[in-house]
Amino acid sequence: MNFVMPTFLPALPEIFVLTMACAVLIADVYKSEKNPFITYHLSLVTLLGAAVLTVMMHDAEPVITFGGSFINDSMAALLKVFIYLVTAVVFLYSRDYLIQRGLFKGEFLILGLFAVLGMMVMVSAYNMVTVYLGLELMSLSLYAMVAMHRDSSVASEAAMKYFILGAVASGFLLYGMSLIYGATGQLGLTEIASYIKASSGHDLILVLGVSFVVVALAFKLGAVPFHMWIPDVYHGAPTPITLFIGSAPKIAALAMVLRLLSDGLGGLHGEWQGMLILLTVLSVTLGNVVAIAQKNIKRMLAYSTIAHVGFIFMGVLAGSPAGNAGAMFYIITYAIMALGGFGMILLLSRAGFEADNIEDFKGLAKRNPWFAFMMLIVMFSMAGVPPTVGFYAKLSVLSAVIDAGYVWVAAYAVLFSVVGAFYYLRVIKFMYFDDQDDNTPIESSPDVRAVMSANALAILLLGIFPGTLMGMCASAASVAH
Amino acid sequence: MKGLYLMIPMAPLIGSIIAGLFGRKIGRTGAHTVTIAGVAVAFVLSLITFFKIAVFDGETFNGVVYTWMISDGISFDVGFLIDKLTALMMVVVTFVSLMVHIYTIGYMADDDGYQRFFSYIALFTFSMLMLVMANNFMQLFFGWEAVGLVSYLLIGFWFKKESAIYANMKAFIVNRVGDFGFLLGIAAVLMYFGSVDYADVFAAAPHMKDMTIQIWGDQQWSVMTVICILLFIGAMGKSAQAPLHVWLPDSMEGPTPISALIHAATMVTAGIFMVARMSPLYELSETALSFVLVIGAITAFSMGLLGVFVRSEERRVGKERRSRWGPIHYTMGASAYAAGIFHLMTHAFFKALLFLGAGSVIIAMHHDQDIRNMGGLKKYMPITYWTSLIGSLALIGFPGTAGFFSKDAIIEAVWESHLAGSTFAWICVLLGVFVTALYSFRMFFLVFHGEERMDEHTKHHLKESPKVVTIPLICLAIPSLVAGMIGVGPLLFGGFFEGAIHVDEAHNVLEHMGEEYTGVFGFLIHGTLGLPFLLAMAGIYTAWHVYMKRPDLADQIKARFRGFYDLLVRKYGFDEFNDRFFAGGSRQLAKVLFEKGDATMIDGIMVNGTAKSVGWIAGKVRNIQTGMLYHYAFAMIVGMLLLVTLFVLMG
Repeated sequence: MNFVMPTFLPALPEIFVLTMACAVLIADVYKSEKNPFITYHLSLVTLLGAAVLTVMMHDAEPVITFGGSFINDSMAALLKVFIYLVTAVVFLYSRDYLIQRGLFKGEFLILGLFAVLGMMVMVSAYNMVTVYLGLELMSLSLYAMVAMHRDSSVASEAAMKYFILGAVASGFLLYGMSLIYGATGQLGLTEIASYIKASSGHDLILVLGVSFVVVALAFKLGAVPFHMWIPDVYHGAPTPITLFIGSAPKIAALAMVLRLLSDGLGGLHGEWQGMLILLTVLSVTLGNVVAIAQKNIKRMLAYSTIAHVGFIFMGVLAGSPAGNAGAMFYIITYAIMALGGFGMILLLSRAGFEADNIEDFKGLAKRNPWFAFMMLIVMFSMAGVPPTVGFYAKLSVLSAVIDAGYVWVAAYAVLFSVVGAFYYLRVIKFMYFDDQDDNTPIESSPDVRAVMSANALAILLLGIFPGTLMGMCASAASVAH
Repeated sequence: MKGLYLMIPMAPLIGSIIAGLFGRKIGRTGAHTVTIAGVAVAFVLSLITFFKIAVFDGETFNGVVYTWMISDGISFDVGFLIDKLTALMMVVVTFVSLMVHIYTIGYMADDDGYQRFFSYIALFTFSMLMLVMANNFMQLFFGWEAVGLVSYLLIGFWFKKESAIYANMKAFIVNRVGDFGFLLGIAAVLMYFGSVDYADVFAAAPHMKDMTIQIWGDQQWSVMTVICILLFIGAMGKSAQAPLHVWLPDSMEGPTPISALIHAATMVTAGIFMVARMSPLYELSETALSFVLVIGAITAFSMGLLGVFVRSEERRVGKERRSRWGPIHYTMGASAYAAGIFHLMTHAFFKALLFLGAGSVIIAMHHDQDIRNMGGLKKYMPITYWTSLIGSLALIGFPGTAGFFSKDAIIEAVWESHLAGSTFAWICVLLGVFVTALYSFRMFFLVFHGEERMDEHTKHHLKESPKVVTIPLICLAIPSLVAGMIGVGPLLFGGFFEGAIHVDEAHNVLEHMGEEYTGVFGFLIHGTLGLPFLLAMAGIYTAWHVYMKRPDLADQIKARFRGFYDLLVRKYGFDEFNDRFFAGGSRQLAKVLFEKGDATMIDGIMVNGTAKSVGWIAGKVRNIQTGMLYHYAFAMIVGMLLLVTLFVLMG
């Protein structure tokens, strides 16, 4: 047996991020008092460099390397670029908040970068071990990030819950994978796919494995009834961490869903479709209904995430390229909306004031009409009101699920998104029709303000011109699967 | 080329946005500079387009600028179709609009809403251009609605005035009735042709000729007839045709007479333009043509009569000008589209001239609009006097003026037509000629001649209006005089609209007339000897006799025909009927629906009931989130078991 040196080139962005994360770690240790922002800037450069490399490495034809365990295709490139973008914006939004609370330390950036690396591996993983590797790298970084605010008992509690439940989910995933491996004798996703194609009949062990995998995926995205961690973690973690958990990892989790279910287990579409329908229906119901009862906006957004996950699963369950493209479009735009929503909380917060109650938004329209308008765009988009991008995201997954023949699922989801509109609109009502209790002017850096405005306006612009992104998602979903 | 065409509607739009959003920053001068610059750019580019396409016989342009969306294989585009018809319309629209812009500097000089007004009229120019340049029904509808919106804004320009608010609501609602028909028409086109693109629809139309549609019962309707009549209902709203004409008199509530001009001389052309554009469809349905013909004729005559009598009650200069769009419509009905467009063009010039002339008088009278306080203004305002005279002569079709050629062509065309209702239309139009001459010269005499009835203070300040007002008047007077002579040959009989307007051989009346056409002078002499001319002269004479020489006669006549007069004063009772039946009826219906349906059913049970129960459920369900880790883990295990049971063991 001779060992063939694999091509490292397709993994260049990963290698770059790893190197740079280590460099940031060292820079953080030796940084001088005079230049406290060096790690921050280095991290942003890392993300920018990774984006450049990803775009350069991108090839219309998928490239598979490391003995079939790593793939670089259009989907990987598209999702990775958005992961970098979202993470960079997270770093930017978080800076002031963390400085005010004495949390602006190298750990945040370094753990963030390692989490990004984990996500990149998840997005590019092409066998089950790589999927698991990426997932664990990402999850462990995130657990630590949630616990970063050690003095806060809420944060510690959240981290503990997140870690234990995450471990349970990882256990499910591993167990499911081992069952699949047992049934097929393969780890690589293409090999599993071809095994399923060749075999006939109902293999109980395989289906059992699939259902364990689905549970783990549902946990990572936060679908009912595996959603329990979401409200507590979103609420308990410091807002910047919530912002991070709520945005970039969702993109990676969807990539994992598409890789495993669509690429690997696509042949068992009939088996997992029913499970996803159940998860969709439960998520859309519970997310939208319980969000109404929330007073804390982070908690409210947590439940809204659960509802959105229902919609994302709807795209996946269609099992068609259009459905996958819709789910990708949805997750990318959802990440942008989540950035806007949580980012606004960060923007309004200041030392000693978290701005995380819905009532804190009262009278914002009088205090600061521009940012009230930005928040209005974000809320409308989450509710799915045209011409914001949220409308097109919902439309694309709904049309996919209708094409798959599940009109009732679509109708049900639409009905509950009407219920959901209530709590988004309530934020707008507070902003525009109630009087303010708080007259403090908003203190935030000009760069944060500029990016916040760009973020909200992007939601509007993508809604008016959804074609480009939709086209990218469609081509990413159609290649090679 | 695309870039150039795109610039034409965009220039006024940009001007409008700047004047509208940054009006306070750029000030009055800034506002009128940007909007006039925008419209001037549009006018110059339109002129270039016109010369290129019409004079040098350039290619017709039909292209898409932006695809908004493709839904179910049907593409919704922003695109332009620039042929001779469009080019002519573009020039007329931008020219009149440019004149109005310049004139507005003088007329609105003292108004607080100066910038806002400029923003509106520039937006109007944009909307109108989008409408005429459209190459598909969607964009046509966009322009159609945008024009309606601006007209709503203009009529309600003085939004603190009770009557203005009533008037703009009325205009909006009446137009909505028409637009509903229009929208149904477009929907029908979409349903049968599967496209909203003009080129596709017109190409497919001849194959649809014999198709029928079942609307209710077993009655079979021709698809073409249904589509054309529905579209025409839209035109009836915009072009103020009976019975949807009721909004136009009230539209004078806006800053008279500029907004009136926008409505009477420009916006109402939208309907005529639409019919001409749709000629390939209308030609396929004789029923629809007859419908157009009869509606046009009724409007022309009945509104003309109103012009004489009602006006004498209300006595406002701005209100003098009535909807005179009937004539054009029945030419359309008679398939003489070219004559209709020709009249539309000449009419835009002289109607604009008349409105602006009236406005000039109003400026001189310090915004007093009561005719009873005027008279003998000729010596104070010579330019206004002469230009108004030209406008009035053109309006009644005095030989040699622009109106003469176009009007005579119309009358001839109706005479030649063999469609059902054409004789009736011909009689109406002749009576209309008399009536038009009567009312327009009645006002002319009362304002400019006779004794001076204004008070001493006003008299002292009477003077000719400033240059920004008189120059547009002169600019408009010139085409009012000569446009007819220049246009009659090529536009009517020279096949100018070849390819743009489609006329079926069976009712091509213009070609028939063309055989007898011997040039401008022949036409002139023929017209001067004709009945219409005599009727017009009779009208002028009557006006002079009744209102100048024997003012007592007017009252006698009024007393003699009491009943008929009352009917006219009440505008045939349309307003009362609408108020009682439609407005009152819908209010009654709304009240019932509100109390029973909305308050009890929807709000009480469905909305609040649902909201309450959802809220209640939410309150309960949130308790699942106990905060206990082992509960969460337990939920996961249960969920896992549920999936396995449902899909593995039972599946």
